[in-house]
Amino acid sequence: MRKLMLVLAFFIPGMAMAAGGAVHLDKAPVDLTDKASLQRGAKVFMNYCLGCHAMQYQRYQRTFQDLGISDELGQQYLQFTGEKVTDYITRSMPEESAATWFGAAPPDLTLVNRVRGSDWIYTYLRSFYVDESRPFGVNNAVFKDVGMPHVLQPLQGTPRMAHEEVMVDGEMKSQFVGIKTDGDGALTTEEYDQLVADLVNFLAYSGEPFRLQSENIGKWVLVFIVVLFFFVYLLKKEYWREVH
Amino acid sequence: MNAFLNWIEERIPMMRVANMHAIQYPAPRNMNFWYVFGFLATIVLVNQIVTGIWLTMNFNPTAEGAFFSVEYIMREIDFGWVIRYMHSTGASAFFIVVYAHMFRGMIYGSYQKPRELLWVFGMFIYLALMAEAFMGYVLPWGQMSYWGAQVIVSLFSAIPVIGPDLVIWIQGDYVISGATLNRFFALHVIALPLVIVILVFLHIIALHEVGSNNPDGVAIKHKKGSLPESEKTKYEIHEYYTSKYDIADDVVPFFPHIVLKDLVAFCIFLFVFCYIMFFAPEMGGKFLEHPNFEIANPLKTPEHIFPVWYFTPFYAILKAVPDKLFGVIAMFGAIAALFALPWLDRGRVKSWRYRCGLHKVNLLLFAAVFVFLGYLGGTPQENWKIIASQVATVLYFGFFVALFLYSKNERTKPVPARIPK
Amino acid sequence: MSNVSVDAKDSALNGSQPESNNRRRFLTVATSVVGAVGVVGAAVPFVTSWNPSAKAKAAGADVEVDISAIEPGQLIRVMWRSKPVWIVRRTPEILEELAAHEDSLRDPNSEAEQQPTFAKNRYRSLKEEYLILVGICTHLGCSPQYLKDGAFEEAVEGVPYGFFCPCHGSKFDMAGRVFQSVPAPLNLVVPPYQFVDDTTVIIGSEAEAV
Repeated sequence: MRKLMLVLAFFIPGMAMAAGGAVHLDKAPVDLTDKASLQRGAKVFMNYCLGCHAMQYQRYQRTFQDLGISDELGQQYLQFTGEKVTDYITRSMPEESAATWFGAAPPDLTLVNRVRGSDWIYTYLRSFYVDESRPFGVNNAVFKDVGMPHVLQPLQGTPRMAHEEVMVDGEMKSQFVGIKTDGDGALTTEEYDQLVADLVNFLAYSGEPFRLQSENIGKWVLVFIVVLFFFVYLLKKEYWREVH
Repeated sequence: MNAFLNWIEERIPMMRVANMHAIQYPAPRNMNFWYVFGFLATIVLVNQIVTGIWLTMNFNPTAEGAFFSVEYIMREIDFGWVIRYMHSTGASAFFIVVYAHMFRGMIYGSYQKPRELLWVFGMFIYLALMAEAFMGYVLPWGQMSYWGAQVIVSLFSAIPVIGPDLVIWIQGDYVISGATLNRFFALHVIALPLVIVILVFLHIIALHEVGSNNPDGVAIKHKKGSLPESEKTKYEIHEYYTSKYDIADDVVPFFPHIVLKDLVAFCIFLFVFCYIMFFAPEMGGKFLEHPNFEIANPLKTPEHIFPVWYFTPFYAILKAVPDKLFGVIAMFGAIAALFALPWLDRGRVKSWRYRCGLHKVNLLLFAAVFVFLGYLGGTPQENWKIIASQVATVLYFGFFVALFLYSKNERTKPVPARIPK
Repeated sequence: MSNVSVDAKDSALNGSQPESNNRRRFLTVATSVVGAVGVVGAAVPFVTSWNPSAKAKAAGADVEVDISAIEPGQLIRVMWRSKPVWIVRRTPEILEELAAHEDSLRDPNSEAEQQPTFAKNRYRSLKEEYLILVGICTHLGCSPQYLKDGAFEEAVEGVPYGFFCPCHGSKFDMAGRVFQSVPAPLNLVVPPYQFVDDTTVIIGSEAEAV
């Protein structure tokens, strides 16, 4: 049996070889069981993202149900597009104007967490910085020359590349130490990080809304297989005893 | 009840066939864990067919609707995500068990006389399976579906003279398009499954005609009248076999002994399978690649294009050769060499247990090179990898050349006449 | 079946004890039972996936209809669960006539469960003025035609309004009740519905009992 495991391990080469990027990504604190965080994330999404980005594979009603929000409350506070609570989460911006305003239509975000990974989104949304050469006045350290304005700037404050004079080999050099805001945002840095974390959490949910259900069922399935194995193994032993 | 069963049996010999092939079939008693992968492959085939039928019920094979319909299955059909993940995990599982099954055949010489055709049928299954998997991967119509199809179909453009026209013919359009998706869908759900099922049937018929090999490579069927009564098997073996041969007491009946052994392996396999399916269906981007969660966009190529992991060894060989035509030839040659294995190995001894040390090294090196090529083909191109993949390609083909050379006058250990106790 | 024969043979083979046979039998039964549970469990997703999807349920949700613009005698059609639902504003003459032909009906008192309890009356409706029916013939599923202003007289003498199914000639009166000696066995179905106010009706759900 051990040999079998080895063989399986042998045939599944290096699972963790993620597509490398030069930028260091911060770990996103994703927790799908944290309904409060998911609800806050949904609120951020509906208010700040849905103007341009759709979540068109997901229905409002399903989202409200999974997040523990009643249809009435959800429709009142979270649903700004569509008519019925059963509608898909579509954006209000028409497709053609989207493409002309931003160069390319803003992508649908239902599955963005599965395309980019939650760490990437978490870092990306905290990596905008002022760059006057860009059309929207901002650039991004994770996604260079991104065609998206920094819609969360009123919350974060004006983010700037911060440099510090550091002694390197006896010489003073200016070194990039991260992004600092001017402090003119509505939120503190910690509050802003929490807001982004909530949003990422919500996007992680929307990518695979059945994730928790899957793991719940999965646990029982695995337990069942162990039980089945136990009986099959004993029966096999019983029949093979006289052969060996 | 019995009368009814007899009535049927007189008209269609179901019990006789079941006895002959699934119950009283003589199997060597020393078959080890390497021998479970054929059974597992059959199980996965059934899984793919059943889940595939269910997916077809809601899949929409058009460029406009395919991506949406996959998400629709995952989100809006009750337990649709279970069925879809069973299918996507099953695709990778299929190749895992098939690669193990093939490696088993190589180390124990199961391709040698008289099992050449058995091996060739198996290789045809492998080929059909690759086509099946490739076309299946196009169907969700994500970025990797689209650009993977683009790259693979473009391979045919390397063929001199007719290449470019052939590509357009395969695509049914000037680019990969809805027309391509539609024909791949038809082939994926009807044509190739039929071919695979027929080939599996032939594979099993051929196996039961020549009998199962075993880790010692020792024959279990002996010339009629050559064994004393005391050395014949005490188990009930179908007369189809006992009338032609003396069956040594080296065998067990397929049912229940082998079936139970296979079921034990099946439980272990199922545990791993379900773990992946319920907890990590993307398998870190190996079973379901990240860019494939983005809808196909003919205007934007993903940063890195890789085929799914099971194709990457051959993809690495393709990339290793700095010439389009010869790259394609090398890639198909790598598969063709496997077909020729029964004739490239000129040895008489089957199992590596009784063959020379060089053979063992050669086999293990081959396996290592195959995995290494898989790694190279599935990660972004870097400078050192070009050289590495060229070396690995040479080693890959070197396996066959070396085998051909040393197997002629190989120094082997004596093979026992009977399976050692 | 063959288990038993192999059992007997094997124990004879190595002279094993009878308790081994019992153990074998027990394990065989236990394994089969656990295995059968597994098969049933594995079948669950395949069976339940045939239920209406979220999309079908969304399409099958309640429909709100504004009925303020319906003229007397007019029929409007709305879709509910992908089925045609008729809303007819009946005139006093139509309502009056309903009592006149009851002896030629199959089920004049709506004994068969083809309507919510609130509609188990002569008018088969919540408000007499508005008739709301699923417009599908109870015979084989065609959608009958609305014949008005005497056009129905050709089908049933003396009854000026009614529904006539072109497929197999079934006839229904202005309460959706089926006439005798036609193929359709039952009255037309009345869907659950409720009035939100005088001009708005919701089809798909009944008002909760107060």
